[in-house]
Amino acid sequence: MIKKNIVTTIDLLNLSNDELVNFSQTNVLSLSLEEMQAIQKHFKQLNRNPTDIELETIAQTWSEHCKHKTLTGIVEYTELIPRNNSNSHYHTTKFTYNNLLKETIFKAAIELNKQWCLSIFNDNAGIIEFDSNYGVAFKVETHNHPSALEPYGGASTGIGGVIRDILGVGLGAKPLANTDVLCFGSPHAEALSIGMHSPKRIMKGVISGIRDYGNRMGIPTVNGAVYFNDGYIANPLVYCGCMGIIPKNKIYKKVCPGDLILLIGGKTGRDGIHGATFSSIQLDQNTDINAVQIGNPIIEKKILDTMLKARDLNLYSSVTDCGAGGLSSAIGELGEHIGAIVNLDTIPLKYSGLKPWEIWISEAQERMVLVVPEKNKNKIKKIFEEEDVDAVFIGMFKQDKKLTLTYDGEIIADLDMMFLHNGIPKPKISASYQIKLDTIQPSLEMTNVEIIQTVQLLLSNINCCSREWLVHQYDYEVQGHTIIKPLTIGKNFKLCGHSDATVIFPYTIVKETKKCIVLSCGLSPQYGYNDVYHMAASSIEESLRNAVAVGGNINKMALLDNFCWGNPNNCNTLGSLVRATKACYDMSKQFSVPFISGKDSLNNEYFINNKQYSIPPALLISAMGIIDDVNNTVTMSLKQHGNKLFLLGLTRNELGGSMLFNVRKLSGGIVPRVYPKESKIIMQKLYEAMSKKLIKSCHDCAEGGLLISLIEMTFSSQHLGVNVDIDAIGTENNSMTASEILFSESNGRFIVEVDYNNELQFKNIFKDIIHCYEIGYINNKHSIIIESKKHKISINENVTGLFKIWQNAISW
Amino acid sequence: MINTKVKVLILRVAGTNCEYETKFAFELCGAHVDCLHINKLIVTKTKMFEYDILVLPGGFSYGDDISSGKVLANELKNILGDQIRKFALSGKPIIGICNGFQVLVKMGLLPYSDRCDQVSTLYYNDSGQFECRWIYLRIEQESNCIWTKNLPNIITLPVAHGEGKFIPINIQLIDDLNINHQVVLRYSSQDGNIPDYPLNPNGSISRIAGICNKQGNVFGLMPHPERYVLALQHPVRNNVKEEYGYGKIVFQNAVNFCK
Repeated sequence: MIKKNIVTTIDLLNLSNDELVNFSQTNVLSLSLEEMQAIQKHFKQLNRNPTDIELETIAQTWSEHCKHKTLTGIVEYTELIPRNNSNSHYHTTKFTYNNLLKETIFKAAIELNKQWCLSIFNDNAGIIEFDSNYGVAFKVETHNHPSALEPYGGASTGIGGVIRDILGVGLGAKPLANTDVLCFGSPHAEALSIGMHSPKRIMKGVISGIRDYGNRMGIPTVNGAVYFNDGYIANPLVYCGCMGIIPKNKIYKKVCPGDLILLIGGKTGRDGIHGATFSSIQLDQNTDINAVQIGNPIIEKKILDTMLKARDLNLYSSVTDCGAGGLSSAIGELGEHIGAIVNLDTIPLKYSGLKPWEIWISEAQERMVLVVPEKNKNKIKKIFEEEDVDAVFIGMFKQDKKLTLTYDGEIIADLDMMFLHNGIPKPKISASYQIKLDTIQPSLEMTNVEIIQTVQLLLSNINCCSREWLVHQYDYEVQGHTIIKPLTIGKNFKLCGHSDATVIFPYTIVKETKKCIVLSCGLSPQYGYNDVYHMAASSIEESLRNAVAVGGNINKMALLDNFCWGNPNNCNTLGSLVRATKACYDMSKQFSVPFISGKDSLNNEYFINNKQYSIPPALLISAMGIIDDVNNTVTMSLKQHGNKLFLLGLTRNELGGSMLFNVRKLSGGIVPRVYPKESKIIMQKLYEAMSKKLIKSCHDCAEGGLLISLIEMTFSSQHLGVNVDIDAIGTENNSMTASEILFSESNGRFIVEVDYNNELQFKNIFKDIIHCYEIGYINNKHSIIIESKKHKISINENVTGLFKIWQNAISW
Repeated sequence: MINTKVKVLILRVAGTNCEYETKFAFELCGAHVDCLHINKLIVTKTKMFEYDILVLPGGFSYGDDISSGKVLANELKNILGDQIRKFALSGKPIIGICNGFQVLVKMGLLPYSDRCDQVSTLYYNDSGQFECRWIYLRIEQESNCIWTKNLPNIITLPVAHGEGKFIPINIQLIDDLNINHQVVLRYSSQDGNIPDYPLNPNGSISRIAGICNKQGNVFGLMPHPERYVLALQHPVRNNVKEEYGYGKIVFQNAVNFCK
């Protein structure tokens, strides 16, 4: 091999173990000793040293970000389960996973074997069937570390990246909607140390980044959540999602030897070098900001406009986006089974001076790689030229099962595809999780006045208050498809509440259709402190419940998982991750709802003054479902004076992790459980009732409990309020106090409004459901009126004042 | 068979993003619609005059760099200016929605199509933020705008923009626009009175949301009529009995005008 001075040969063969580790660290390769040794061994067999670009290629391909080593690795898991109702006695179970993902989340999907799942866990996004001609694809990504360093750029390239996942699924889907779920430290807190941003600054930057990218792309940002917890103070979580629609005959990719590699979109620069490997490093104040990419939505919009045109003319046979690892990952993946050769001189650069390895792994944004059969060469180039999109042929696919890179006429990398993709050692990692028992709190009594004071505290709490200030900055209406919007507003366009889920009706794409797509999410890190199983289960049930509340069909729904966890090399951290995947498997099976795609972001840790902090584990569950008739969807605003209110689901004494305990600084309590059998049948019946148009409004009971949910329903209802009898609410036992009933966060509950003319029909559908309780009716006083003879409670509070408290708690 | 449908040209550039729903709206009204990239008009000299209606849709043309719509306004004025002016003066309908309105104002086609000088602008919202929300609009019934016939006094539409505050070059212009009945839409409260923020989402002078030229064929507005052509799109779902929204009437007016 010939080496130019621009390419450095690394003297790897003679390095000691210590030197191998040191080399990996100083060059941000994020490779372990075992992995470095495997590379050393491979090159020993070849009897030569690797070049810098070869090592970088391997490091990108083997990065946690691209390979998901932990979730696909061998895990020896130990679970400690308390015995005899005591936290000090345990019995232990052990289990070995050969591939954690395949044996839990993915396995459930395989076992459920839904025919309408068109592509799961093997492309850039999962795809389910929309109708006989179309599928819908959904993907959620995280961009946490970049957003910690440079909030605006980090978040905007996060959303840009997930949009490219949708453009790169199958032969390209048309994006219909974006979602964003954000976790920050308290906005009132200061930055933790010099060199780090304050949570408020991070938050403002992140929101602006999502807004500017999404709005400019013309994709509505329609669903999401914001959760505050000081555990995310230096390591925010930024989940970005995108959903798109794709013709069924454009779902499958094909790459053949002889096909050309076409690079379209943005130019390549030094931005985003080592993004993939840097995501595996704990943050501190010295972290290199060059790892953050720079976004330009208009370039991506031009790609969207032109690429789908080329798709519909069948001019290319495969596509993928340039994300983490840049061209290295994109072309490495496309050519995995056949081989590829790329001429790095042909790649358009933002400026000169880049070394070949920098060109190759740069994560410069807004680039896609297309696989073009030779015969379409000129036609496809014309499509892009017509609209001023850069499109350059940079290489071709071969049959030699090798990755060959040339620069200035010389070969600078010559890697075996087999080694590149399968040479990574599979280490055994151990994981352990200790389940802690819940403790029931002492009986919680409140007077009428205390209940109202508590309501005011909850409504003004940063985790409960209005998100209006944020939602209006996102264009959630563009494309015209947003039938149920993120905010449900009142007739005067001033009152509003948060919708449970969003409905997208793609009438401009699928002509004459009645079908629509529901998107929702569930995230409950607050329930994770005793047992992450219940946290994961609650997140799943919450996402389904939200979707069902607006008209979603539980029988045609799919899930995405996004784990944000700490360092998986920590036995307990990994243990809690395993425990959460078990919940995913169980819930997926019991609700009969498959996972179709997912992504993990590990190593969410940071150093302050040499002390290491790990984030509270967060599992975001995103749900997508198909609704048969858009006319049957339901909003949460109360519709008519005199209509009856029913509560579906049982209220249990579950206040552990609740909003109430949070604002009252109480600890202990039982964390809400999920009862899939109970919940699923209610969800099915609710869809049936909605299909018959028997439900006028519907809202789920979530954070804050039943009373807060009732109040939220009145927020978007001009002049209307509710009268509710606490004694009519079904509870698990008679000893629950009024405040426990009103503030418990038990899962699986819905409040529904039923037209008095439809009451019989409604009751007929729910006749076999035990937990269906008539709890009150709708008044025309815009007041919350709560009564209980048993508990001697009588509350009558006007909604207008409560709304102001809720709306003005955060308003920037 | 000769195609007798009214022909609509939706002009596309880098950053246009409301063309699909705008196309749908016109098709719903029985028109034939082509979405053409500006390069098609410039390079291949496709004739604008083959079309009956010209649409500058919403979006972020060229990223709204410099200021919203400015780059496209200059491009149109310098390269296609004569054609567009002729199109406007011939009486054919032109509509600029949101970003399209910003372009029409900044190239000067509004409010005076014959002069083509910029005498007003659309500036950053008073709130300093992008505002996506539903608002009430009062229709100025004396206006001779062909796009807003048959609409009731108060309608609802969504807005979504960061730069929508209408500012005239001087106060005289407002008087002139009023005298000539060129103000077509004003932000309004639910009952037709003067609204506060957020119902006046940007702080527009004289609450102006849309204006037309003297002849009434060139119309620019910040709200998005193409996002409310189906009744289902309305956010308040009480008693939805109609099939269509107010936006459809806007497009139907232009199509009927050309028949």
